Amino acid sequence: MQTPERAGPPLWLLAELTYSCPLQCPYCSNPLDMADHKTELTTEEWIKVLRDARKMGATQLGFSGGEPLVRKDLEILIAEARSLGYYTNLITSGVGMDEARVKAFREAGLDHIQVSFQASSEELNNFLCGSDSFQHKLEMARQVKAQGYPMVLNFVLHRHNIDDVAAILELSKALEADYVELATTQYYGWAKHNQNNLMPTREQVKSAEAIAHQYQKDLEGQMRILYVVPDYFEDRPKPCMNGWGSIFLTIAPDGTALPCHSARIIPGLELPNVKQQSVDWIWHESPDFKKFRGFEWMKEPCRSCDEKEKDFGGCRCQALMLTGDASNTDPVCDKSPQHDALLAQVAEIEAQQVTEQPLVFRNMRESKKLSRQTN
Amino acid sequence: MSTETVYQLNPLFRLQWEEAQQCYVLLYPEGMVQLGASSAEILKCIDGEKSVQMIADDLSAKFDDDSVAGDVIEFFDVAAKQGWLNANT
Ligand code: SF4
Ligand code: SF4
Repeated sequence: MQTPERAGPPLWLLAELTYSCPLQCPYCSNPLDMADHKTELTTEEWIKVLRDARKMGATQLGFSGGEPLVRKDLEILIAEARSLGYYTNLITSGVGMDEARVKAFREAGLDHIQVSFQASSEELNNFLCGSDSFQHKLEMARQVKAQGYPMVLNFVLHRHNIDDVAAILELSKALEADYVELATTQYYGWAKHNQNNLMPTREQVKSAEAIAHQYQKDLEGQMRILYVVPDYFEDRPKPCMNGWGSIFLTIAPDGTALPCHSARIIPGLELPNVKQQSVDWIWHESPDFKKFRGFEWMKEPCRSCDEKEKDFGGCRCQALMLTGDASNTDPVCDKSPQHDALLAQVAEIEAQQVTEQPLVFRNMRESKKLSRQTN
Repeated sequence: MSTETVYQLNPLFRLQWEEAQQCYVLLYPEGMVQLGASSAEILKCIDGEKSVQMIADDLSAKFDDDSVAGDVIEFFDVAAKQGWLNANT
């Protein structure tokens, strides 16, 4: 069992190479104040992180961002990762890639590319990401497949595209995707800021789920569909990060080590940085990674709950955002004393038919503006 | 599944020894399965040339135990359904 003192290896390393991104998705999970964290680790610093984490047993590696393609040294990092024995996943919007680069990644030893789409129609896709990228994404998805990678497509669902699930799955089928991830927006970073404008209604969620399940049945053995249910509509929380400091290690662009990509919002963390500390010390010794590891930190009702080994009390960031205290039970859980308040909030958002406030797009200009407002 | 089928590992998967976990793992997009010793033993035999029956016989002989053959055949059935294997055609 995990205790604050004894942790297994960080099996999953997420390397957020940069916060730069040519797109501006309003549901982006990057921090709102990303403009204040623009420094990036150098190639050598990243290579050291990869080596140290691999030595500790990290096996799955994700390159993400922002848009990882913005980094010119991506090919070098991929080659290093492959020679260390990682299974390397590139999580990208496809913007910044072309046939030659897909091929260079292949030669460097990349195992898998996940291409994200904003919607199944060109118009909505381009509106949501603030760029004319749809045709290019289609082309990149085809390239991924043509060059022998598994084709994994990712769609983030929300109020504006969740009714198109059938069209999304038809598009995926036409592209001959191997896996499709339909992930309902999780409310972190920009998504939290735009929550009232993104949260689907219960009805929308129900019908999307039914359609996804039908496709899962029809396409069994041909295309795997992962449908991630939006947890605001559940009565048990997700086992966030498989438990804090249990298997996931995120390194932010500036070298800050985080137990989950949005942990920066939790007050009182020391935010250790790989520039000053070893990955080994950060994982095993830093107060941050011990803070919610295991079960000792839990309050009631989690502490004496017989389901705590299943969901670890849910998500710490969600507990913070919804209850003001990161060590509370995630209010998605119906045993949480704050669950009713969450239901009321969801109902209130649902009732707002038309969105009065416009979507705020994710970009450095808005980030600076928001920082100024809060400081 | 016929025991004459010849399989190879689905190229989307990678079989690898993990020192830190002290076991073989199967790696795939954003996921990993830790393998028990016998599953790993079987997967290592898959070479795109030997049939299920041949591998079952080999391993029975290697471990000097006739019950192994049945377990091997059963494993192939499960592994194929999991998408870990492709049949050679
Ligand atoms: S969610 Fe959109 S804006 Fe955010 S990093 Fe990904 S592609 Fe860029
Ligand atoms: S009370 Fe806590 S541990 Fe129990 S089910 Fe709810 S969130 Fe999970």
